[in-house]
This record gives sequence, C-alpha cells and structure tokens, in this order.
Amino acid sequence: MLVRALSVILIAVAVVFGGFFAWAWHNEIAPVQPVAAGTYDPSIVAKGAALAAIGSCVVCHTQAGGPAFAGGYPVETPFGTVYGSNITPDPDTGIGTWSQAAFRRALHEGVTRKGEHLYPAFPYDHFTHANDSDIDAIYSFLMTRDPVSRQNRQPDIPFPLNIRLSAAAWKLLFLRHGSIAADMAHNAEWNRGAYLAEGLGHCGACHTPRNALGAEKHDEAYNGGVGEDWHAPALNANSPAAAPWTAEAAFQYLRNGWDAHHGHASGPMTPVVDGLAKAPESDVRALAVYIASLSGADDAAKAQRADAALKAAREKTPTVAALAAATTGSGGTDGAAIFAGACATCHRSGGQTPNARPVDLALSESVNSPDPGNLLHIILSGVHPQSRERGFIMPGFSASLTDTQIVSVAAYIRTHFSGKPQWTGIDVRLGEARRKTGS
Amino acid sequence: MNIPHSRRAFLAGSGALVISIQLNRAFGQDAGAPKPSGPKLPGDLAKFPRLDAWIKLEADGRATVFAGKAELGTGIKTAFIQCAAEELDLAPSQITMITADTGLTPDEGVTAGSHSMQDCASAIRYVAADVRATLVELAAARLGLSVADLKTENGAVIAPSGTKLGYGDLVAGLDLHRDARPDIAIKKSTSFSVIGKPLARVDIPGKLTGGESYVQDMRPEGLLHARVVRPPGYGAKLASVDAAAVEKLPGVVKVVRDGSFLAVVAAREDQAILAMHVLEDAARWDNPVQLPKQSDIQNVLRGLPNTPTTILDRGTVGQPGVKGLRAIYARPYQSHGSIGPSCALAQFDGGKLTVWTHSQGVYPLRASLSKLLSLAPEQIRCIHTEGSGCYGHNAADDVAADAALIARALPGKPIRVQWMREQEHGWEPFGPAMSSQVSAALDAGGKLIDWQYEVWSNTHSMRPGGPGNLLAGQYLAAAFTPDTPKPIPQPEGGGDRNAIPLYALPNARVISRFIPRMPIRVSALRGLGAYLNVFAIESFMDEMADLAGTDPVEFRLKHLDDARARDVITKAAKEFGWQANAKMPRGRGQGFAFARYKNLGAYCAVAMDVSVDRQTGIVKIGKVVAAVDSGEAVNHDGIRNQIEGAIVQSASWTTLEEVTFNDKAITSRDWSSYPILRFPDMPDSIDVQVIDRPDQPFLGTGEAGQGPTGAAIANAVARATGARIRELPLNPARVKAAIGV
Amino acid sequence: MATITVNGKQHEVDAPPSTPLLYVLRNDLKLNAAKYGCGLGQCGACTVLVDKEPVYSCLTPISVLEGRSVTTLEGLGTPDNPGPVQRAFIAEQAAQCGYCTPGMVMRAQALIEHKPKASESEIRDYMAPNLCRCGTQIRILRAIRRAMNDMRTASAEAPR
Repeated sequence: MLVRALSVILIAVAVVFGGFFAWAWHNEIAPVQPVAAGTYDPSIVAKGAALAAIGSCVVCHTQAGGPAFAGGYPVETPFGTVYGSNITPDPDTGIGTWSQAAFRRALHEGVTRKGEHLYPAFPYDHFTHANDSDIDAIYSFLMTRDPVSRQNRQPDIPFPLNIRLSAAAWKLLFLRHGSIAADMAHNAEWNRGAYLAEGLGHCGACHTPRNALGAEKHDEAYNGGVGEDWHAPALNANSPAAAPWTAEAAFQYLRNGWDAHHGHASGPMTPVVDGLAKAPESDVRALAVYIASLSGADDAAKAQRADAALKAAREKTPTVAALAAATTGSGGTDGAAIFAGACATCHRSGGQTPNARPVDLALSESVNSPDPGNLLHIILSGVHPQSRERGFIMPGFSASLTDTQIVSVAAYIRTHFSGKPQWTGIDVRLGEARRKTGS
Repeated sequence: MNIPHSRRAFLAGSGALVISIQLNRAFGQDAGAPKPSGPKLPGDLAKFPRLDAWIKLEADGRATVFAGKAELGTGIKTAFIQCAAEELDLAPSQITMITADTGLTPDEGVTAGSHSMQDCASAIRYVAADVRATLVELAAARLGLSVADLKTENGAVIAPSGTKLGYGDLVAGLDLHRDARPDIAIKKSTSFSVIGKPLARVDIPGKLTGGESYVQDMRPEGLLHARVVRPPGYGAKLASVDAAAVEKLPGVVKVVRDGSFLAVVAAREDQAILAMHVLEDAARWDNPVQLPKQSDIQNVLRGLPNTPTTILDRGTVGQPGVKGLRAIYARPYQSHGSIGPSCALAQFDGGKLTVWTHSQGVYPLRASLSKLLSLAPEQIRCIHTEGSGCYGHNAADDVAADAALIARALPGKPIRVQWMREQEHGWEPFGPAMSSQVSAALDAGGKLIDWQYEVWSNTHSMRPGGPGNLLAGQYLAAAFTPDTPKPIPQPEGGGDRNAIPLYALPNARVISRFIPRMPIRVSALRGLGAYLNVFAIESFMDEMADLAGTDPVEFRLKHLDDARARDVITKAAKEFGWQANAKMPRGRGQGFAFARYKNLGAYCAVAMDVSVDRQTGIVKIGKVVAAVDSGEAVNHDGIRNQIEGAIVQSASWTTLEEVTFNDKAITSRDWSSYPILRFPDMPDSIDVQVIDRPDQPFLGTGEAGQGPTGAAIANAVARATGARIRELPLNPARVKAAIGV
Repeated sequence: MATITVNGKQHEVDAPPSTPLLYVLRNDLKLNAAKYGCGLGQCGACTVLVDKEPVYSCLTPISVLEGRSVTTLEGLGTPDNPGPVQRAFIAEQAAQCGYCTPGMVMRAQALIEHKPKASESEIRDYMAPNLCRCGTQIRILRAIRRAMNDMRTASAEAPR
C-alpha cells in the first residue's frame, strides 16, 4: 500500500515538475545576420525612438557615463542586483543576431533569443501588453544604434534564485499575457494613455506595491511603491500630494520635469521625464490624462482644489521679513534656525527670479509623502539637471549638516509645511539613504 | 574697444592738445602734451611722452612703474614687470608695478581689445631703456668715464674697474621730468635675460594663500555694506516703496532712493542682503519695456533700421565661378558670466570722491561719474582694484556708479556695493546677438573666385561714455539717457571685427550693417564681432573646401600669402597630427580653423577632434592643439594660459551658452538657467604651441582664440555627423535635431 | 554669540545663528580666500571644509557648526609655507583671475584625502560643482594630479 501510495505521489510530482519544465522550456531562435542600418525604414526607426523614450529603455540599459544601450546599469531588487543588458546591435555581446521574432518574445515573454529566462527586473509583465508593431518599431530603432562590444554582467543573486528557472516559476504565478482591452467608458486619448502606462511606460513597476515574491499587487494598483530607495508616491485616490493631479499638471510635470502645483521631478523620475521630453507631445498628454484619472475625474472641481492648495502653500512659504523675525537663536539643532540659514535663501517667497525659485514646499510631494526618504535624499544630494541642460540646481547638504541636524530640519519641514502627522524613524531612514548614496 | 578721447583727438590731428592729468602724487608731475611731429614714440608713450609719468626710481634702488592698463586676471602685470626689468637691467623683484589709477598713472583709456602689450608694454620698454641710458650717462659723468665703457647689471652701473654705482646712488641726480627720447635703443632679443624667459606670475601666490587681492577683499575701517534693488525689467519705474519696515531691520543705516534707483545700506553684509530682499518685496514697479520674442530675435534684429558701410570692395564681385554656396550664421546674446559678481567701494569725503573699481577704464569711468554726480573730474579718483575676470564690459562700471551714488548719500563713510548673482546675470550688458550672410564661388581650379559677406550687428561698445551708459544713471529721478551708439570703425571694428577675411580673395566685398536700436542691453564681450565673424568665415571656408573636394587645411593654405598665418596653420596641423581626409568612426570628427585677430593682432590656428553622442547630441571635445603667434613673446606661459582659457571659454559659448528672456525680462539669472561647461565637459587635452617672433612688435593674445575655436568645433561636428550647424550655440538639442534619430 | 572653530582656532562671533559661514569668515574673521560667487550653491567659489568635507559656506549657517571644525584655504598653509595642494597650483600656474581658485584648492584637498588614487574621470566628476569662467580647468586638473603625486610620495617617505 505504502509503496503504491509513494509511487503515485512520485509519479504525480514527476508529472508536475515535468509539466513545469516542459512549460518553462523555450527553444533557441536561430541567430540572424545583422543588416545595414540603412535598410530600416527611417519613419519606423523614428517611431521606435519615441516609444523607447516612453519605455525609458536607455535608463536601465546604460551604465552611468557609459555608451548608450550598452548595458551595465545595476537594477536593485530585494532579491539581489540584476544588470541591464547590452541591447546595442553588437553581434557578439549585444542583440545584433536577434531576429524580430526573438525580440518580440523577449518583451512579451521575458525570454532571450537562446531561450533563457529573464528576471522580472526587466518589466516584461508590463511590456507583454505592448503590441507587435510597437515592439517591431523599437526593434528597428535598436538595430540602428551604434554597436558596442561590452559583455553582459551576470546578476548578483543568491542561490537558489540565481537559477534562471526560478524566473519561470515567477512567470507562472504572475505573468499575465495579452493586450489591454480598450475601456469604452473613456475616450481614445485616455485609452492611449492606459496602453502606454500599463505597457511600455511600466509606471506601476515603481508606483504599485509588490508582494513578498516581488510581483505587483494588482488589487493595489498605483498605491505607491519604491524605486531605487526613493518612494514612488501613490497615484490613485491615496495620492499624498497637497494639490491633486490634474491632467494639465501631469502633462507639465512629465513633459518639462516641473509643474507649479507639485515641483520638480527628482531622483529616479529625472531620467524618465528627460526621455518624455523627446517623446511625441500627444503621447505624453495621453499618459498625463490616464495618470491624472487614477486619482479621480479631471473636472473643474479637481482644478479648483489644486489652485486652492497652491494658494495655501504660497501662504506657508516664508517671506524674507518673516524669516528675519523668526530666527530663534537656539543653535545648531533647531530645525527652524537651520531652515532659515541653510534653506531659506532659495525656499522663500518673493524675489524677482521665479525660475530660480523652487516650488512652494507645502506642495512638494517629498514633504507630503508618508516616507521621509525622498526628502532626505533631496537634502543629502540636492537636485541637478542632466549634463549641459538648463535646469534647477539645489546643492546637497550631506556634508554641511550632521545627521541630527538633517533629522531636525526634515521634521521641521514636515510639520511646518505639510501639516500631516510627523514621520517616525527619520534617523533610521536617513542612515539608509546615506548608505544608498554613499554620502 | 572704445577709442579713448585723447587718442581720437590725436588721430584727428588736432595739434597741440592739452591733456590735464589729475595727479595727486607728491611730485605733481604731469604727463605733458603729445608730440605733434617727429619720430613717433611707441604705444601710449606717444600720448604721454614724459618719463616721470611712467616711472620713478627710489633711493633704495627699486623702481616704481606706472602703467595705465589694468591687471584683469590675464597676468599682464607680470609681463609689464618683465619688460621693465629687462630694459632697466633690474631684477623683477625690485620693481613695483602700479596700474590704472587716475591719481597715479597715465590715461591709457580702456584695458581692452588685446591692446595692452602694444600700447603699454611697448611704452614701458622704451621708458625703461631711456632711464637706463640716463643712469649710465649720470654714472659716466660722475666717474669721468665714457658711456661706452659702462654696462648695467642687476640694478647697478658697472665700470671696467669693477666699481659699481647702484641706481639708488644715482637717484639724486636723476631728472625724469622730460620727454622720452625717440631714438633710444631697446634691447635685441639675443641679449634677453627676462623677456621671453619663464617668470612666475607675481599675483598668483597671494591669491592662493588668502592674501588681499581683490576689491571684494577691501575692509577699510567703518565700512558699510550696501545692496541695490533693481527693477523687474528694463525701463520699469519705481511706483512706490514703503521703506519703513526696512529701516527698522537690524543694522540698517539708510535706505537710499533717487527716482527709481533704490538701495539699502547696513552695518553687516548679511544684514544688507536681508534688507535688500525685504526692500525688494516692498517695492512696487511699473511695467518694464516689452522685449521681443527670443525665438525670433535674429529676424527682429535684421528687421531693425541699419546703416550699411562697405568695408571691403575689391575686384568685381558677382563672379559666378563653376560652383557656389550661400549660408547664414547666427549667434545669440551671450553673457560675460564673471564668476565673482561685480563689486566696488566708494567714499565721499569733503567734496572728493574715491572709487575702488575693477572697471577696465578708470579714466572714462571718472569722466562719466563726473557728469553723473555733477562733480569736477579733479574731485574724483578711480583706482583700479582687481575683481574676477571680466572678459569685456561687464557690470564693473555700473557697480562703481552705484557705490558713488550711495557714498554721496552717506558722506564720510566707505561704502561697499556687491552685486548679487541674479543681478549680474540679469543686468550686465551682453555680447550682442548678431548674424551674417556669406556667399562665395569657386573657379575651375577649386580656388575662391568670389566672396560676399554681410554682417548685421548692434554696437559692441556702450562703455562710459556718458552717465547714461552707467545703469544707475538711467534710473535716477533726473535720468540720463544712454549715449547714441556708434560703430567702432575699421580696422578695429565692432560688429564687423574680423569680418574681412585674411585670405587672398581676388573679388570680395564686405558690408557691415550697423543697427543702432538695442532691444537688449549690450556692450563689449571678449572678441566683439570677431567671435561670430570668424565662426562664420571659418565654418564657410570648410563648406567651400568640401565643395572643392579639398582638405580644409590645404584649402586655407591655398588662399593665404601671409607667411605668419601659414606658419600657425602648418604648426597646429602638424602638432595635432592632422591627416587630410582622415577616416574616423561614426560620431567622431576633426575640425580646423584659423584667424588673425582683427587682421592686426595675434595669429591663431586651432585643430581638434570631437565625438558627438548620438543619443543626447552632446559634443565632447577630445584633443585640442593650437598654435599662436603674438609677436615677441614676453611670457610664454602667460600666452599659453590665455589661449587655453580662450579655447575653454569659447567651447562653452559654442556648445551651450545663450541668454534667455521673455517679454518682460532676462530670465537666465544664475548658473542653473545659464549653464556653462563644467569639469566633466572639458576637452581631454589642450596643447598650445607658441611661435615666438623675437624683436617683432607685440600683438596681444587675449582674444585670438575664441573665434577659431568656435569654428573648429562646428567643423568637427560637421565631419563627425554630416550635419552642418550654423546657428550658435551647438547645444545638445540643436545637434540632436540636426543629426536626427 | 556663536563659537566656531576655524583652522584650529576658536572664535566667538557676534552674528545671528542663521548667518551664512561665508560672511562670518570674510567679514568677522577677515579671511579672504572663500569667495562670494553666487550664494546659491551653484558655483563653489565659497567652498571650505567642514570636518574635512567640502561644503558651500554660502549656504552653511554658523548655527550648525558647533563642535565641528572648519578649514579654509588659510588653514592649509601660509604665504611663506604653502601646503602641498597650494604649492602644486602655484607650480602649475593654475590660475588666471584666480577668483575661483581657493574653492578649487579646498575641493581638491578633500578629493586627495578621500580618493588619493582617483582616476582622471573621477577627478573631473568630483570637481564638477566648482566653476571656472576663465577656462583654467586643464591646468587645475594638472595641479591636482601633481599634488596627488606629491602627497603620495610624501606619505611614502614619511618616517614611520
């Protein structure tokens, strides 16, 4: 009896595993000879460039200071670090021998040309929703880049997850294929935005919380998440922003990296908006419409609430005269005094150079966020434009302020400007932020 | 460069012109009248031939030299010392160089236009040589020897017997209150021991160890700090200001108001800054003058009334040749961007005003202040004190006027005015936006047969001048209007500086269109029109070389007879390793350019390679090699330093810089809104080869590199990408748009 | 009254606690090196070291300096006895107008202490916050490499 029961169990297990392995196995797609860049239709290449900008491909596939798309960028996950691969058309180290079909399979199914599984650090759970002609356009774009010979770096992931088959298990549980159905309750622009955001834009990859196995919790879509130790705020009804996101505000922010009701894009959003500046305006508008809709209908009432928040925020921003009166003189750890001396040169109202002035702090997402990490990152490292770009500069204070002083001024800013409950564990969060930035 | 009054009169041949130089020195020397005839003395010595205007010997054997040109951070003071030391046979350490002080030095006008070596160093050499000869004559008389028996060395006259008479011993008999002798011989280069030999800059050690070096470092007893509140835009009038709250702020001594000129004075600098911000918030202004659309500025400028002058008309233009090309080149407003915003100190005591200023022209400033304050020039002393690099007419004169006005409101108190970063960026007079059109044709042999060039530009000089050229002067209750702008005539030129190519062109015409109306405040920025004109001409030469199927270096040599021009070109090309038609990987290219500054000054050729980032459009400069011929080289390292600096500064202008404005005001107010190149953007290497021309006249150096660098970059980018960009700057967006996906 | 320690010496300063260190250094302590360039933390002309790290003194209120040590250019050496970084800059004549140079030297000092074997691109990235308008950057880089070399040799030769 026992032997029989055991054999049944063993056979069942073998069938399950066998079934899993069979399911997980992918064939190698034959390599193709790279063709001259001139053979690709320039208008498709241009379309691909625009879509690649929306997908922010260059961000994760380019090492800091390195050649574009040649890989090496560390994507940190709770399970280890995965390095973005070389997606230049180099035949030996890049994707030069990948056929169009192989590239489609990679984005839809997370599998390389040779049939290996890719870790979901490459967000194919989003890219799977992109349609074939868009993926083909991105293929044309990548195949016309300059090939760069650069070996891919193997991921730093502990056993047993460093066995790529584990990614197959993840896919079995969490990868939902297929295109996103149009929602007839919304117009074409909204649907375009949904297609882009859920697909190539992969916004939820940062802005949606993840479960213990690292998959997005679809029932908590856009409820806030993490990107590179920065808090990606909730974009749905739980948005912590002082002013609600209207479509216009979202468009300004995504297109120009700044909007009057929310401030400057910083941290991981900086390269995203840099890319979106090069995407077609209509697509950025569509994204903005969709994203804004997540936090409620984009109607007159929403716009009014936004302006009211702006007005209230302006009143909280100190004037120079108020600052002059407010300095308390209780010394180094007093948050108000530190603010007056270190921050208020720029973070005050008035003055004749509005383009040099930051947003009113009461509106800043980082001040209103449930996680003090974003504000701490900004205090430590400042805000800087991309190389040679005109853009807002805020210096970092990691050296001039001690930990106690940073905690003090962060707490002051939270209370004084957001009126929300005080953060807890600012000091612990600061330690993490310092470690992360090496400052 | 503004031609100083006295020289203009001299050139007009006004005969015996009495120049009254107001000197407060104990000796009470005056510089004398210029010589109306006879062999000409060199440089500004011709205007001020009296020896004791330039030099004084002390009883301890030291010499004090009075130079009318100022040290702007270029190292010129050290070069002057070398010139004096060489001709005097006195160690450089024994020479005190005093520069640009209306109380002490001759009126050498403005330190600009790369004229300092020609105008001042030449004079110093002759003066020193004359004094040395005089000392020898004195010694000969005292020793009963002939002049031919004596030599000078290290501050002493030496007899064949070995008897030494130190210069200090001879001072008693020395009368330098006479004109320099035009027949005095200066040394030949073969006997140099100081000129052309390395000498470390005299000012660097102090600047690197915290010495008091700048006007910003002055701290006289009782100093008060002032800040000015400027309008929101050009021409806005102060409607009202409630200064009551400001007057009560800690440390505030006074709020000064005169019409729309508004300032606050306080005991501490931080108090003045705080008070300025509060006063700024309290002030209510009428609307500023409306500004044109920035995106349309070239059309706007070309559409304004202009006066055309044909500055070159050679042969018969209109030859069609076998092939031809036409192109338009343009440049936006660009900023001096001095790293230290302008600063001045002033004190008004018993009816006399003293101003410490980094102005390039202390005498013109004094004349202007005299009219601004209705004070006789003799009652004003302007003392040049270094500021940060100015690169032309920045806000130095304006802040001096601010300080003078405030000092008058608080007599007896030393007043310090420091402009804020936003004020310097917003109110300085910019390098003018300008454009040019060029068309040319090639003959069957691939040589230029026809050349037509036309340039549109505002004036490049609104220096004081009248009191309306001082910013504060325009905003007083009894406001002064700025001077009517005038073009600087050829051969120096303003907007048309370097508009005439040095190349041998059989049929050529150049028309300079002078636009008086200035929607944006402008004046001289290093190089003046030469930057755009050389950019245009040298870019176009490359385009024509392409059309002719000839290597660009070879093409230039084909059209140049000037041997020194050929020398810098071949030297730069050789040291760079220029390969004709070099095949480089996509995205990399080499570029070359050449010019002789004003066709009168230094020769400079620049070769470089660049790589263009396809994804971002960023132009990264790799190796740069330049060759420069500044005539006789006094301080080789000084020349190299200036050309290296020119290359970096021009690279920043050419790949990045552009003043921005909306309909009300300048909007580029700090380094975030007016970025300049930073360390990571620097070229990989810069190698400057100095071609020394012993015994040849000095040609200056400071502005020779900017034009060729700009064109070399554009030429390299064209070669790297196949995209020819003619509108400055070649910023990432413009380059990306030109190269496409 | 605030007490700050500058170049190893304690000073009592009668200035409000929010006063930026730059003005206290220049006006109360009469130190010339740190300069006003922008007051906005964009140019680095005001750079000094606080606890051996480069900071913008224009945006550092003296209230945060209690118990910490400030080093200015004057603290690296004297005109008669300049420090190794100053000497390297003088030897390379790495200045034109010289206004930005003290800030450069301070930042370079920190770089050499923290990263004595920094590569060329690391040096350039580290120095990026400091602007030079005269275009002396290539000489400044040469001076920094020279100082690195000098200081490495000196520490290698230092008596044990």
